[in-house]
Amino acid sequence: MSENVKRIWTFIEQEDGIAHPVSWELLGAVQKLSAELEGSVVEAVLLGHNVASIAEEAYHYGAKRVYLIDDPVLEHYRNHPYGTGISKLVEKYKPEIFLVGATILGRDLAGTIATQVKTGLTADCTELAIDPDKKILAATRPTFGGNLMATILCQKQRPQMATVRPRVLPMPEPLPVAEGEIVREELGLKESDVAVKLVGFIPSKEQLLIEYADVIVAGGRGVGGPDGYKVLQALADELGGVVGASRPAIDAGWLPREHQVGQTGKTVRPKLYIAAGISGAVQHRVGMNGSDFILAINTDPNASIFQIADLAIVGDLFQVIPELTAQVKSIKAKRGIKEVNGGSDV
Amino acid sequence: MHIVVAIKQVPDTTNVRINPETGTLIREGVPAIINPYDVHAIELAVQLKEKYGGKVTVVTMGPPKAAEALSECVEQGADRCVLITDRKFAAADTLATSYVVWRAIDVIQQEEPVDLFIFGMQAIDGDTAQVGPGVATRLGIPLISYAVKVESIDPASHTALIHRKTEQGTEVLQTSLPALLTVLKEIAPERRAPLPYFIHSLEYKPEVWTSEAPYSFDVTQIGIKGSPTIVGKAFTPPPKEAGDVVKIADKGLSGTVSYALERIGHAGVVDFLAAEGKGGK
Ligand SMILES: Cc1cc2nc3c(=O)[nH]c(=O)nc-3n(C[C@H](O)[C@H](O)[C@H](O)COP(=O)(O)OP(=O)(O)OC[C@H]3O[C@@H](n4cnc5c(N)ncnc54)[C@H](O)[C@@H]3O)c2cc1C
Ligand SMILES: Nc1ncnc2c1ncn2[C@@H]1O[C@H](COP(=O)(O)O)[C@@H](O)[C@H]1O
Repeated sequence: MSENVKRIWTFIEQEDGIAHPVSWELLGAVQKLSAELEGSVVEAVLLGHNVASIAEEAYHYGAKRVYLIDDPVLEHYRNHPYGTGISKLVEKYKPEIFLVGATILGRDLAGTIATQVKTGLTADCTELAIDPDKKILAATRPTFGGNLMATILCQKQRPQMATVRPRVLPMPEPLPVAEGEIVREELGLKESDVAVKLVGFIPSKEQLLIEYADVIVAGGRGVGGPDGYKVLQALADELGGVVGASRPAIDAGWLPREHQVGQTGKTVRPKLYIAAGISGAVQHRVGMNGSDFILAINTDPNASIFQIADLAIVGDLFQVIPELTAQVKSIKAKRGIKEVNGGSDV
Repeated sequence: MHIVVAIKQVPDTTNVRINPETGTLIREGVPAIINPYDVHAIELAVQLKEKYGGKVTVVTMGPPKAAEALSECVEQGADRCVLITDRKFAAADTLATSYVVWRAIDVIQQEEPVDLFIFGMQAIDGDTAQVGPGVATRLGIPLISYAVKVESIDPASHTALIHRKTEQGTEVLQTSLPALLTVLKEIAPERRAPLPYFIHSLEYKPEVWTSEAPYSFDVTQIGIKGSPTIVGKAFTPPPKEAGDVVKIADKGLSGTVSYALERIGHAGVVDFLAAEGKGGK
C-alpha cells in the first residue's frame, strides 16, 4: 500500500470475545466518511486474548484490514496495556482518523491514546462528516448541557480522534460476502509490567441494555413516584419493551441509574419511544430524538416534548397508559399473540 | 498520605440559556460552581485524610475568579490550594489543559511526594472526561476511571483496592500507588464540613501561580498553540417538525388511544400492531 494512503481506523471493543455493537455502528459511519475522503481505506483495531474470530465479523461491516494484538495480558480490559498497545499501532501505521465508541471502556481508552500520541480528541460526537473544503473530519457534539452544538476540527495533528456513543449512529446491515486481512502485532508488555490487577468482579443486579431495546416506555417527574412506574412497566411488558426515565426520576431514586435516558444517561434509538410525564428538556431529547416513532403523553399542551413527537396526546398519563395497556392486550388476544420478546430485563 | 485533587470551576449549566435570536449562550447571571463531580473528589480526599492522616492539596487552572472555588475547597477540608492562572493558558483544549495541570502537579510532587490523585469523572461544561486520563498518562501512573469506592488503602505496601464501574458491573482493582482516580458522585456523599475547616478557610489564601513560576513550560504545548482541536462552528440544534396532537378532551380516552395504536401500527414499529395484512407477524 502506498505511503500516503489515509487509514480510517475504528476500535473494535470486545469483552469476553463478544464485540460491542457500537463498533459496527462506527464502521457503518466510516464507510460513508471513506467515500468522501479520497485515498482512504477502512481498517479496524482489535485487542484481546483469543479474539481473532471477531475480525471476520469486522470484514462484514466493511473493514478491509484488522490490526490484531492477541495476548493473555489483554484478557480483560485495563487502561495501561490497551493504551500502550494501541498507541504503538498508531505511531507505526499513522492513521488519519481514529474512532472509538464512547462507552465507559472507550472513554477511558481514548483519552489515554490521544495524550500518548499528542493529538486532538472530540468526545461524544453526534455527527461525523468530512469537511468538503479542508478534507478533514468535522465532528459535531452537544456542549453546554446540550444547549449548543459545536463542530470540532483537528487541523494538524493526526490521527483525528473522536468518540461516539452507542446508538447515536444507525446499525448498518452486514455485507453478505466480505474479505479482509489480519495484521498481527506484538503487545510488548508482560503481566508483571502492569500495576493494576483485576481481583474481583461484581455483576450488576440488573443487566439492562436499554440502548438496544426496540420499545421504551419512559416516564418523568409526571409519573410521581416509584409506584407510578408499575403502570409504565405493565405497558412495557405488553409491548415487549423496557422502562426508561428522565433524570429527575432517577435522582429521586424511583428507578436505578441504568434506566436514565439523555445527555448524562443513555442514548437510545428504539423503534417506539413513549414519553409519559416528560417535559422534553433538551438534555432529555438528545438521548432519544433518534427514535423511529415518538409518542408523547403530557397534560400540558405546550410541553416541549410535543415539538419532536410524531404523535402527541394531551392528557393524564394515568388514564392514557392503562388504556394503552388494555387495548394492546385485547389486540394481542384477538390476533392470538401470547408472548412478545423484546429487550426486557434479563 | 498526600492527596492531590484537581478541580474545575464551571458555569452551572442547569441555568445556561440560549438567546433564540442570535443562537449564542447567555452567560450573564449564570453562577459559577465547582464541577459537581469534583466536590465529591474533594470529599473523598478529605475523608481519606481523616482516616489515614496526611494532607490534601487542590489545584485548578482557570481565570482569577476560580480562587472562589478554591476557598470552598478549604471550607470542605483542603489544606493547600494552588490556582494556575495566566492568559497564556487560556483557550486550552483537553490536551493543553492536561499538560499544564501535569506541569503544576509535577512541581507539587517534587516538593512533597503524592500517594493519590483524584479527579472528577468529567466536567459538566464540556462532558469530555479527558483531563484525568490525560494527566495519568503524562505522569505515567495507573489510571482508574469511573471509580465508585475506595475499599482500602495500605500505606505500608503502597497499594489500594478500588471499585470501578463498568457497563456490566463493578470491577475490584488492586493498584500500586501513586495512582490517579476519576470519580463518580457515589464515591463519597457530601456532608456538612466540620467547623475547624471553616475556621481555617477564613484565614487561608490560595497560592497563585502564573506561567512564570515555579515551573517550566514548553510554550508550544500551552493555550491555543498547544490545542490541536478548534471549534469550527457553533449552532443551536435545529428543531424537528412536530407531529400531530390529539386531545382526550376531543376524542375521548378510548378513541384517542385506539387512534394512537393505529398510528403506531401504520408506522410499522411494533410488528404485532401493524395494520392487518401489512406485515403483521
Ligand atoms: C448538564 C445537564 C445534564 C442533564 N442530563 C439529563 C439527562 O441525561 N436526562 C434527562 O432526562 N434530563 C437531564 N437533565 C435535566 C433536564 O434539564 C430536565 O430537568 C429533565 O429532563 C426534566 O425531567 P422531566 O421532564 O421528567 O421533569 P419536568 O420538566 O418537571 O416535567 C414533568 C412533566 O410531566 C408532566 N406531567 C405531570 N403530571 C402528569 C400526568 N399525570 N400526566 C401526563 N403528564 C404529566 C408535566 O406537564 C411536565 O411536562 C440534565 C440537565 C443538565 C443541566
Ligand atoms: N482547568 C482544570 N484545572 C484543574 N483540573 C481540571 C481542569 N479541567 C478539568 N479538570 C479535572 O479533570 C476532570 C475532567 O474534566 P474534563 O476532561 O474537562 O471533563 C474534572 O472533573 C477535574 O477534576
